[in-house]
Amino acid sequence: MPLLDRNGLKPDEWTISEDGTADAPRILVAFDHLKDALSGNGRGRRIGVTIANTLKSDALVPYLNDIDLVSIAFPSYGDGRGFSIAKQLRRAGFKGTLRASGPLIADQFAYALACGFDEIDLPQAQAARQPVEHWLKAAASISNTYQRGFGEQNILDARRAARLAGK
Amino acid sequence: MYRYDEFDARFVRERVAQFRDQVARRLDGSLNEDEFKPLRLKNGVYLQLHAYMLRIAVPYGTLSSRQLRQLALIGEKYDRGYGHFTTRTNMQFNWPRLRDVPEILDLLADVEMHCIQTSGNCIRNVTADHFAGIAADEIEDPRPTAELIRQWSSFHPEFDYLPRKFKIAVTGAARDRAVVRAHDIGLRILRNAKGEIGYEVMVGGGLGRTPMIAKTIRGFLPKTDLLAYLEAVLRVYNLEGRRDNKYKARVKIMVHEIGAEEFARRVEAEFAQLDGPAIAADPQEVARIAAYFAPPAYETLPARSARFETAKAENRAFATWASVNLFPHKVPGYAAAVISLKGIGDAPGDITSEQMRVVADLAETYSLDELRITHAQNVVLPYVKKDDLFIIWQKLVDAGLATANAGLITDIIACPGLDYCSLATARSIPIAQALAHRFADEKRQLEIGELNIKISGCINACGHHHVGHIGILGLEKSGQESYQITLGGDATETAAIGEILGPGVPADDVPDAIERIVSVYLAHRTAGETFIEAVRRLGLAPFKAAFLEKTHAPA
Ligand code: SF4
Repeated sequence: MPLLDRNGLKPDEWTISEDGTADAPRILVAFDHLKDALSGNGRGRRIGVTIANTLKSDALVPYLNDIDLVSIAFPSYGDGRGFSIAKQLRRAGFKGTLRASGPLIADQFAYALACGFDEIDLPQAQAARQPVEHWLKAAASISNTYQRGFGEQNILDARRAARLAGK
Repeated sequence: MYRYDEFDARFVRERVAQFRDQVARRLDGSLNEDEFKPLRLKNGVYLQLHAYMLRIAVPYGTLSSRQLRQLALIGEKYDRGYGHFTTRTNMQFNWPRLRDVPEILDLLADVEMHCIQTSGNCIRNVTADHFAGIAADEIEDPRPTAELIRQWSSFHPEFDYLPRKFKIAVTGAARDRAVVRAHDIGLRILRNAKGEIGYEVMVGGGLGRTPMIAKTIRGFLPKTDLLAYLEAVLRVYNLEGRRDNKYKARVKIMVHEIGAEEFARRVEAEFAQLDGPAIAADPQEVARIAAYFAPPAYETLPARSARFETAKAENRAFATWASVNLFPHKVPGYAAAVISLKGIGDAPGDITSEQMRVVADLAETYSLDELRITHAQNVVLPYVKKDDLFIIWQKLVDAGLATANAGLITDIIACPGLDYCSLATARSIPIAQALAHRFADEKRQLEIGELNIKISGCINACGHHHVGHIGILGLEKSGQESYQITLGGDATETAAIGEILGPGVPADDVPDAIERIVSVYLAHRTAGETFIEAVRRLGLAPFKAAFLEKTHAPA
């Protein structure tokens, strides 16, 4: 399925292997098999995990140093739980790749990035209707928002900087 | 009042451009209707019974003359020459065309206004006490807090796809005029034993089909922790609020199901992990916002205005209006004047473009260029010198805006109902009109005294009927409108949900039914006892008996 990040479309280097048995350099396993996949990982494979948006982020915390990617499911674009899970995983110190997987819409791209996601894994049909240019444009449509701690810049800190610079 | 800086201005302009682009993508098919719907809702565009409706945010009910004039212009140019103030102090236009919406948004941006998050499953426009800054019982003006929350909640990346809508209200006074306990989050500014100012945080209030009074989950929250604490509440709700059933998705259901204590525990656990100072607005930013709400340059005036007293003595109608529609101002010689949008026979909350201009002119000349919209769908001139009241009243009379009924039985709150709303099960405006006609007599209204009637056209309760002293809910029963009447609701700091009196009555019988209820009060009240006090003392029984007396002979 098409994968995109803040620079545009990109190839997906991960192989889905729910039970973790596939012999590939990067495998994406289901959360239920994560423990096994990690303990039997003598082959130097990189391991990522796919999770439902009902999983408590605490359940992933013990593994965060050992995995390279977390793919959070978005069952529909209207279900925003994944944004909060991403935020919590980043807070817990996860430095790997965060992927949002599901029928998001271009107008959510900026939110996803601000909450700590790196990439979006879109269903084919969605990607066909909403070409990558729409996503890149939508991500840039609002240049600055008011929340601190979401993304690199925000209006509050910009105001503060202006104050310190003597306006 | 708050003024946009360059960042606010750019933000709103970009939002307009973004919506234009969203409309274009809907039209070329890259967004399907399902995908477009939440995007237009988050910009206040509803598809109603007859047309699109546009809901414009009036943050915490504060408007300048210039802004109201712009609304008048929009009403004229894109609607039918009038607008409608809602119970959340927003303005609604019922007849704009979708293709005109981006243009309207541009006009709004010209006067520092927008439609951001006036609908949809996100944090809605923040409301506050309409007498903020002028009430004597105020601990701190709630508007700086409300403005801080307005900014923080705008386009919040994490909280724009919540299980359901989310409403926040703030009061800074002992007396709750903002119905904070009927909101998803209610904030009350208070002082603790050490004299520090902070917030009581209440969560899980709401009306709709499952009315609930919010529960306090934090008795005292230091001011600096506000945004971090809100983030914690919203995160817990976003992650754990129900999404399986739209009618169970509000935070009130979650609070009810797991209990306020458990909800508070989860919020505190999340809050404990947050880096508060990294989320909070720094003190200079808080001070920057607060400075916009600093008390205006009041004149030093005697408490008593000879001109005002003389005018009252000479003009009975003015004296009546003054006794009903004025609110005491904390500064001597000033008053806040309520302009009723409940003229007998009018649709509650409706105001013509012409009237908007009259009101805007009055605010400019006599009220430091500022006005407020109340959740009771009226307008307030907040900074009026008593000396000027008589001339203001005369101009209001000319504009058909001098109805002396603020807080009285004909000051009825009603939602748009079946006349406009696609969700309605019954009409509400015509019921309000019939009741207003029934109780139009000024003397009688005064004799009855303070009494709030609130009417909703369906179970969604936009007319707040649950917290009306008398609530009227329009339902549909086998193809007929049927009105369920509740008694004893309270929208203040003693918030309560009204109780159902008996089976529903047809539209034509509503005025008689209300009449019978009022008669019980008049017959049993003690000296000085208001309607709601009498209901509390007497209980439901005598009212129920009178209500049932005639209503349900044959079914
Ligand atoms: S209460 Fe019902 S009828 Fe009235 S405005 Fe709300 S949804 Fe529409």
